Amino acid sequence: MKPTNIQNPEYFHKVVDCQYACPAHTPVPEYIRLIAAERYTDAYMINWESNVFPGVLGRTCDRPCEPACRRGRVEEEPVAICRLKRVAADNKGEVKHLMPQGPFPSNGKKVALIGGGPASLTVARDLAPLGYEIHLYDEWAKGGGMMRTQIPAFRLPESVLDEEVNYVLDMGVHTHFNTFVDSMKEILDKDYDAVFVGTGAPSGRALKIPGYEEGKENIQIGIEFLANVAFEHTDKIGKKVIVLGGGNTAMDCCRTSKRLGADDVHVIVRSPRKDMKASPWEIEDAEREDIIIKNNMPPKEFVIEDGKLKGVLFGNVRAEYDENGKRSLIPTGEPDVFIEATDVIIAIGQDNAFPWIERDLGIEFGKWDLPVVDRTSFQSSLDKVFFGGDAAFGPENVITAVAHGHQAAISIDLFCKGKNVMDRLPPMTNLVSQKMGIHEWTYDNGIAHDLRYQVPHEDKAISLKDRKIEVELGFDHIAGFKEAQRCLNCDVQTVFSHSLCIECDACVDVCPTDCISFVVNGEEEDLRTRLNAPAENLSQDLYVSEPLPTARVMIKDEDVCLHCGLCSERCPTAAWDMQKYLYNTTKTYTHEGAGVVG
Amino acid sequence: MSYVKPLFHHPSLKKNKVGYVKADYEGVISTLCAGCGHDSISGAIVQACYEISLEPHRLAKLSGIGCSSKTPTYFLSNSHGFNSVHGRMPSITTGANMANKELIYLGVSGDGDTASIGMGQFVHAIRRNLNMVYIVMNNGCYGLTKGQDSATADFGSISKAGSDNPYQGIDLAGLALELNATFVGRSFSGDKSQLVPMIKAAMAHPGFAFLDVISPCVTFNNNKGSTKSYSHVRAHIEETSIFDFVPHQEALTVEYDKGTSKELELFDGSKIQLSKLAPEWDPTDRFSAVNRLHEAKANGQILTGLYYINTESEDLHGKLGTVDQPLNKLQQEALCPGSEKLEEINASFR
Ligand SMILES: Cc1cc2nc3c(=O)[nH]c(=O)nc-3n(C[C@H](O)[C@H](O)[C@H](O)COP(=O)(O)OP(=O)(O)OC[C@H]3O[C@@H](n4cnc5c(N)ncnc54)[C@H](O)[C@@H]3O)c2cc1C
Ligand SMILES: Cc1ncc(C[n+]2csc(CCOP(=O)(O)OP(=O)(O)O)c2C)c(N)n1
Ligand code: SF4
Ligand code: SF4
Ligand code: SF4
Ligand SMILES: [Mg+2]
Repeated sequence: MKPTNIQNPEYFHKVVDCQYACPAHTPVPEYIRLIAAERYTDAYMINWESNVFPGVLGRTCDRPCEPACRRGRVEEEPVAICRLKRVAADNKGEVKHLMPQGPFPSNGKKVALIGGGPASLTVARDLAPLGYEIHLYDEWAKGGGMMRTQIPAFRLPESVLDEEVNYVLDMGVHTHFNTFVDSMKEILDKDYDAVFVGTGAPSGRALKIPGYEEGKENIQIGIEFLANVAFEHTDKIGKKVIVLGGGNTAMDCCRTSKRLGADDVHVIVRSPRKDMKASPWEIEDAEREDIIIKNNMPPKEFVIEDGKLKGVLFGNVRAEYDENGKRSLIPTGEPDVFIEATDVIIAIGQDNAFPWIERDLGIEFGKWDLPVVDRTSFQSSLDKVFFGGDAAFGPENVITAVAHGHQAAISIDLFCKGKNVMDRLPPMTNLVSQKMGIHEWTYDNGIAHDLRYQVPHEDKAISLKDRKIEVELGFDHIAGFKEAQRCLNCDVQTVFSHSLCIECDACVDVCPTDCISFVVNGEEEDLRTRLNAPAENLSQDLYVSEPLPTARVMIKDEDVCLHCGLCSERCPTAAWDMQKYLYNTTKTYTHEGAGVVG
Repeated sequence: MSYVKPLFHHPSLKKNKVGYVKADYEGVISTLCAGCGHDSISGAIVQACYEISLEPHRLAKLSGIGCSSKTPTYFLSNSHGFNSVHGRMPSITTGANMANKELIYLGVSGDGDTASIGMGQFVHAIRRNLNMVYIVMNNGCYGLTKGQDSATADFGSISKAGSDNPYQGIDLAGLALELNATFVGRSFSGDKSQLVPMIKAAMAHPGFAFLDVISPCVTFNNNKGSTKSYSHVRAHIEETSIFDFVPHQEALTVEYDKGTSKELELFDGSKIQLSKLAPEWDPTDRFSAVNRLHEAKANGQILTGLYYINTESEDLHGKLGTVDQPLNKLQQEALCPGSEKLEEINASFR
C-alpha cells in the first residue's frame, strides 16, 4: 500500500466516526469534552455553529452519529451523543451575545425562502449576517416547519423550539407567516436575487382500501392529525385507535392519541418488526406507554357498520427475502383478523408536492415529480432557484435539512456575487499536538469503562395526562459528566512520524486493542489478514507509514483504536504523537470575501 | 501519565484452547522507560503463553533485582510470582522447583543480576540442570541504577557518557554452552517472530533452558557506539536458522526444504523446526554450536537463534530420583511413615 496522505483533510475526518457520520459534521468530541468540563455554553455554541438547533436536536435528532460511534465497536453501546447535546442546551448560560449581532449592514441583495423549516432557517442564519435581506414565507403562524407541526410537544417542548427559531428570526429576517405561496412565478416576478425552496415533503399518503370513503370522518392522515394537534385544532380522539404504519410518524401518532384520551391504541404494521422504519428508541418509548404493536398484518378493509367506522380487517403475511434481499410479503393463509376502532390514523409515508411551482419557469422536474437538484450546490435548473431539506430529495430529518441549508447558503452567496457555485472552499482543518509535558495530555486519555447511562423519564402516570409534558428528563450534571467520559476522543489522532521510529515495538506491545503492526508491505487485502489482529472492518482505513529502516512499514488499523495515547506514552522517540484534529465544514461566513457583493 | 490499562480489547480476539484471550496473560501497565526492550520481551512471554494455551496458574515467575527483574509485574498477573533479592533468583527457583515439580518455572533476570552478583547462583543452576526457563534481559548495563556498564558489556562498547569499556564482556550463552546447559539460545527483544517460538520451546524443554535476549536500554545504553543499541543489534544480527515451535499433537503448517532444514522432537512430543540452517552447525552438537558462536563473534556478528539443545536432557528431579508426586502434595503419612518404618531403615544400615 502507498503511505497514507494525512494531509488529505478527509483522512483524519473519517477517523472521527461520529462527526463523519453527522450530515452537518458537528465536531462531536470537541463539545463532549466541554460538557465534561461543565462548559455548557461553549459546548452549545459549537453545536449552534454546526447544527443551528442544539436544543431541538438534543431531543429529536435521528442521530446517525450513534450507530457510527467507535464506542459501539469496543463495547455494547455507543456514547449517548444526542442526549449529551441536550445537556449542553439545558445548562447553557446566556448565548445570544455570542451570536452574530445585528443590525447587519446591507449588501443590497434580497433572498426569498419558501417554507419555514430547519432548511430555510439555516439558510437565513448563514446569510443574514452577511447583509442579505431575507424574506421567509410559511403557511403557518410560526416558524419551525415540521419541527413545530409534527414533532409532538412531549418530545420537544415548544419553548425550546421557539428559543432556537427566534435566534434566527431575530437576525432581522422578514417573516411572511400565514402565507401559503401558491405561485412560484409570483415570487420570481418580485426582485429577489435568489430563491430557496425549503417546503419539505408536506403531503401525507392516503390508503384507499374498501370502506375509506364511508369511514372518512374517523380516518385521518398522520401528519395532518399531528399538525392539527400542534395547533390545537384537535384536542380529543375516540377510545380505540388504530395507527397504520411502522415509521416514526406512526410512533408520534399513537403516543399523541394516548394523550388525547384513547385507552386502547394499536399500531399495526404490514411488515416484520425488524423492517420497521421507526427508530428503535421510538418503538421502545411507545411500548413503554402500553401501545400494542403488531406486525405482518396488512390492512384489507375499513369495516363500516351503520355508516360508521367500526374497525379494520387485517390479513396475515410472512416476509420472504430473495438472494438480493428484496422482500415479498406472502399471505400465510391464516384467517383475517378484525380489530375494533373508533379512529384510524394512516401514517404510511409522505411525499413532496409542488403544485405551486409552475412547470414552465425553467425548473426541471424528474423522477417522482422531484425537482432536478445538484447534490453539491443544491441549485435547480433555474440558476437563481435552490432547493434543500425534504424538498430537495424527499423526506429525511432535521439534521439533514440543516446540512443542506449550509451548503445552499454558500451557493446562494457565491451566486449573488456572480461566482461559480461549484467553486467551494475545502473545510477548515487544524491538527495540534496535545502534549503538555512528558506523558501529559490536554485531554483525559484514561478510558472510562462505564456502560451507557439511561436518560430518566417522567412518571408515565403524569406524562400521559398532558401532551405538553416532556417525557425525557435529560441527564443531570453528574450523569452528563459520566456519559461524556465514555467518549473516546476520536478527534485526538495518533500521528506517526516514520523518521523518528526506532522500531522498538513499544507501541505494539502496549496497545490494548492490537491496532499497530510492523510488517512487510503488501496489497491492502493481503495486509488486512497479516496484522496483529485481523482488520476485518473494511469501512475503517489502514494508516500506512513510509518504509522504515528494517524495510517494514507501520500499519495502524483505525477500527478500534481507543485514542488512549498509550502508544505515544510508550514511544521513546515521540514518533507517535496525539494531535487534535479540528474539522469544520466551510460556512458562508468562512468563505473568502463572504457576503461582500460588488 | 496513564497508570492503568484500558480493559477494552480487540473484538475479534480469539480464545485459546483453555478459553483465554491474549489479554488474560497480561500484567499491569509497565513502569519501565518508554521503548525499553524488556517490555517487548514481556510481550513475547505473553504471546508465547497464550499460544501454548498455558493455564496461568501452572506457571511461577521468579526474578531478582533490576529493571528486567521488575518485568514479571507486567505479564502473567494470574500466575505465581516471587521477586527475590539481587542475584538470588536461581536458589529461590531451585527450592520452589524441588517442592513442586508440577509448575513451569520462568526465571527472569538481568545481565547485572546474572553476570555479576548472581553469577555463582547461575552456574550452579546450570550444573544441576534445574528444570526452568532462564531468561536474561541483556542490555549490557545496570539499567535500574542508571546505566553503569555491566559484565556483559562488550569490550570497546561506548557508554552514554562516552567512555569505552576496557574489560572483556562475558558471553552468557557461551558460558552456558561451556557448562553443558541443555538448551541454549540467544534472541533479540525486537524480533518477536524468533523470540516467541524460542520461549515456547524453552518451556517445553525438560531441564535448564537458557535464553540470552538482547534488550536495549533506551535510556542509558542506546547511544551511538553501544553494541547493545537497537541500531547496532539490527545491523549485526545473524540467525542460526529460522526457528519454529510446533506443540505436541499439532501438525506442521509449513513445508521446509529438506536439505537445509531439521526437525527435532522434544521429550513431550512437541517439535522444533529449524530451516535455513547455518552451514556447519548442528543444534544437537555442542562443539559445532561453540564453533559457530566463535566464528560469528570473530566476524563481528551477533548470532541469534537456537545454539544447542540436548534432546536427552535429564533434569534435577531425575538425577535425584525424587518421587513422582510433588513434595508439597505428600501427606503426613508419606513424609513421616512412623517409628516402625524408621526402625526398618535404621536396620538396613546396620
Ligand atoms: C411525525 C414526524 C415526526 C418527525 N420527527 C422527527 C424527529 O424526531 N427528528 C428529526 O430529525 N426529524 C423528524 N421528522 C422529519 C423532520 O421534521 C423533517 O425532515 C424536517 O423538518 C424537514 O425540514 P425542512 O426544512 O426540509 O422542511 P419542513 O420542516 O417540512 O418545513 C417546511 C415548511 O414549509 C411549509 N410549506 C410547504 N409548502 C409551502 C408553501 N407553498 N408556502 C408556504 N409554506 C409552505 C410547511 O408547512 C412547513 O412549515 C419528523 C417528521 C414527521 C412527519
Ligand atoms: C544486594 C544488592 N546490591 C546492589 C543492588 C543495586 N542494584 C540494583 S539493580 C542493580 C543492577 C541491575 O542490573 P541488571 O540486572 O542488568 O538489570 P537492568 O536494570 O539492567 O535490567 C544493582 C547493582 C541491590 N539492589 N542489591
Ligand atoms: S467515542 Fe466519542 S469521538 Fe468517538 S465516535 Fe463515539 S462520540 Fe465520537
Ligand atoms: S491510542 Fe495508540 S495505544 Fe491507544 S488504542 Fe490507539 S493505537 Fe492503541
Ligand atoms: S533504565 Fe533502561 S533497562 Fe531500565 S527501564 Fe529504562 S530503558 Fe529499560
Ligand atoms: Mg541490565
